Amino acid sequence: MPLSPLETLASIFVMSVVTFFTRALPFLLFDRGDHPPKIVLYLGKVLPPAIIAMLIVYCLKGVTFTSLGGWLPTLLAGVTAVLLHLWKGNDLLSIFGATGLYMVLVQAVFA
Amino acid sequence: MDRKTLAAAFPATVPVLMGYLAIGMAFGLMLQTAGYGVGWAFLMSLTIYAGSGQYLGVSLLATGAHLSQVAFLTLMINFRHLVYGLSMLEKFRGMGVRKFYMIFSLTDETYALLSAAKVPEGIDEHRYYFAVAMLDHSYWIAGSVLGSVLGSALGFDTTGVDFAMTALFLVIAVGQWKKAGSHLPALLGAAATLLSLLVVGADDMLLPALGMIVILLTVLRGRLGDAECVNVREEEGSCR
Repeated sequence: MPLSPLETLASIFVMSVVTFFTRALPFLLFDRGDHPPKIVLYLGKVLPPAIIAMLIVYCLKGVTFTSLGGWLPTLLAGVTAVLLHLWKGNDLLSIFGATGLYMVLVQAVFA
Repeated sequence: MDRKTLAAAFPATVPVLMGYLAIGMAFGLMLQTAGYGVGWAFLMSLTIYAGSGQYLGVSLLATGAHLSQVAFLTLMINFRHLVYGLSMLEKFRGMGVRKFYMIFSLTDETYALLSAAKVPEGIDEHRYYFAVAMLDHSYWIAGSVLGSVLGSALGFDTTGVDFAMTALFLVIAVGQWKKAGSHLPALLGAAATLLSLLVVGADDMLLPALGMIVILLTVLRGRLGDAECVNVREEEGSCR
């Protein structure tokens, strides 16, 4: 825990205010029937996949290539998540299947 | 909130109940592993109430990220809410004070339920929407509290539970990939972030990556604007 309780509170406060802001913005701007600018609609459409791709790479930043255990569990579990999801399309199955596999791999196989 | 409306809304929310309990529990566990107990899990789920946002939040708290970075990343990961709000303008009109709560609680799942909602006969539609939103929120809080309590009570080895965040993003990405008009935004997002990781390193990689992504997507608007249907407002659902 690198943050003090007060700093943690501040971070959580910022997260909640910003999250509310992103949800409220369309209502603040367009509730009177104005049409949203095209650029806003465009970014609202193309940003999400780019941001999710960014976050996936961000999640993988801890991967190392000095030992097998540094990258193979992540690769196997990641491929499992994608394949499970392409196969069944069930969010929970994909997330918990892959996380379970990852936990077994890092705790028991490559520990 | 009257019982009749709650009883009418409950069946529609069952899939979210299952999902939120599970994803919320993984959040509670992750937060516990990062050193934050059940009180923090409750507070975050009560006041932030965003799945991927809170998963990212765990990592921001654990790394002691600066407030400006917290604000910017939260803004970016929640940018998609903009599109949700646009299609809820009509539905929430005339809800008075409850509208604030409806806007606050507009998560991916609640959005999905509300846009598909068939209000049963004899039930006030605004009350029904409010009941759906409140039920979903309570599942989310219950899930995170449960995950946090179980994580500390059972004392089992939670090493690796943070992979749930990677898995969640992968699952979202697969869904987006399937219905995208163009895969360029996703590929560009990955490439820009990888470049940023290699150039500035893991600690400060996100802001430069975001900057590149926004600039590149804006520049490519002429090309991508046609591939992606942007008339979200005219015929909701036709672009998906």
